[in-house]
Amino acid sequence: MLDHEDIERILTLLDATPLQEFELETDRFKITLRRTSAGQWTQQQDILRAGTAAAVTPGSDPSAAHAASDAGKEPVAAAGAGREIHAPLVGTFYRSPRPGAPPFVEMGSEVRPDTAVAIVETMKLMTSIYAGHAGRIGEILIEDGQFVEQDQVLMRVVADAQ
Amino acid sequence: MKIRRLFVANRGEIAVRILRTAKRLGIETVLGASDIDLDSVPARLADRCVRLGPSAAAKSYLDVAAVVGAARSAGADALHPGYGFLSENPALPRACELAGITFVGPTAATLDAVGDKLAARRHAAGAGLPIVPGGEATSIDEAQAIARGTGWPILIKAVGGGGGRGLRRVDRAADLQSQLELAIAEANAAFADSRVYVERFVPQGRHVEVQILGDGQEVVHLGTRDCSVQRRYQKLIEEAPAPLLPNGMASRLMNDAVALGRQLQFKGAGTVEFLVDGARGEYYFLEVNARIQVEHPVTEMVTDVDLVAEQLAVAAGVRLRDAHAQFAIRGHAIECRINAEDVSREFRPSPGRIVRAVFPAGPGIRIDTHVQAGSVIPPFYDSLLAKIVVHAENRAAAVDRMSDALARCKIDGIAVNTALHSQIVSDPEFRRGGVDTGFLGRLALAVAG
Repeated sequence: MLDHEDIERILTLLDATPLQEFELETDRFKITLRRTSAGQWTQQQDILRAGTAAAVTPGSDPSAAHAASDAGKEPVAAAGAGREIHAPLVGTFYRSPRPGAPPFVEMGSEVRPDTAVAIVETMKLMTSIYAGHAGRIGEILIEDGQFVEQDQVLMRVVADAQ
Repeated sequence: MKIRRLFVANRGEIAVRILRTAKRLGIETVLGASDIDLDSVPARLADRCVRLGPSAAAKSYLDVAAVVGAARSAGADALHPGYGFLSENPALPRACELAGITFVGPTAATLDAVGDKLAARRHAAGAGLPIVPGGEATSIDEAQAIARGTGWPILIKAVGGGGGRGLRRVDRAADLQSQLELAIAEANAAFADSRVYVERFVPQGRHVEVQILGDGQEVVHLGTRDCSVQRRYQKLIEEAPAPLLPNGMASRLMNDAVALGRQLQFKGAGTVEFLVDGARGEYYFLEVNARIQVEHPVTEMVTDVDLVAEQLAVAAGVRLRDAHAQFAIRGHAIECRINAEDVSREFRPSPGRIVRAVFPAGPGIRIDTHVQAGSVIPPFYDSLLAKIVVHAENRAAAVDRMSDALARCKIDGIAVNTALHSQIVSDPEFRRGGVDTGFLGRLALAVAG
């Protein structure tokens, strides 16, 4: 890979030519330098995959490790009764405000549209999930700590039987 | 000793950054990566890549046993922790020592001392640094007594916090009891340490820091940085040197940072952070970051020092060269953090696949990044994609160069904050220099309104 000093040296040479584009490729990387209409340059680097596959430590089992995240991607079973609470974005689903704290809601908990029922952590940012409907929690489809996709159904709210 | 095989216990742009220097120095590299990172740019750059564990950070990058076990199985003789993750966790250097691996960073004792924010305050006061008026509050009576001395508003801070986490502002005495109870509960949950302390709230502050380098005995500084462009205590733009400080303040900050470094017998690269109270013309010690900082490139650009190389040298037992010589500061450098976030939707994180990544190139432009076309930005880690760093002969020229550079940065496939950066660097208040930490909030409000 080239660092900014290498690139500066190449650009000094290119500036003395009428070239608009310069591409350099080795077995490890590829770089494209392009001149803009204003005469300034852009760069696109591509670090290529090495010939040797990534070494994996003995005893580890990547497929098992993926199991948890794959489980979250499975299509949700046939729609159950009740109104759905969806994940607004991808991330890790948590039922409690912090480790060790009691869950926001349990099965049967009464909720209003503005009741916080869970959080989804995405890139270290916590997003509160609200019930969105009034009623009781009729179904909790995701386990604490599982990965969820955007729009995935997290819980269902059933209307009070009155 | 000589480092022959370096284990990089991190990911993202800082992993790329460390690998680059190690390669230049002819050191063999091994990267520890989580499942989702096994085909990342740093994984492709390292000589070898070893699996740490599942994608969730708690089971990979934050797992001391997994990290040190992988380093040992790879036959590494040294380990670089980068920033974040385990970099300031004293359990990591302790585990490295047991495994016979050199930790590229301060001693566990130093990490203990600076991780406990009350201990850090005591060290700072002992080294003669001004600290924000305040103290530990174990009860409502103590908190009230401190607040009577400091005046309102106050900040309640977690002893185990830092980096902007574990803070609670209280504006009036009537709210103190409830807020103190909440702060103690939060501190206990977040940091497993319920101790809190109370400080006077300093409004209109600037965040200025000093880069230090120590070999365990001698400590030198590499000048100041200003990191006042922040949102919710997260830095967005940094520059070196800090512009427009009151007369004589920069040299006092640098001397104080060195004094504290010596008191801590600091080994490695570190940062002493200060809060500059522009209105009063005063400054206070904030905290010590005992690791490489995200914003270290601006210091590298103005000093021409490779801070990662210095870290590796000190870890290998090399004494600082001519410790009393000052590093010359040349010109001005600015860094913009390009994050995967959607500014128009309240800075919502934006993970996903990058389909195109075009960065600016040219004199005085440096890009530190781990993304390229095809890179997947996972939702498990932070949102930093790239750092655009520029260097020029003075601040005005550096701001212009950044403005031009940002216009040539095109990242497609996910939402990024490049347009916000363009807006900041063209803002008259930013161009004048010396903005306070409230600047970005005011700008964002003006844009939204």
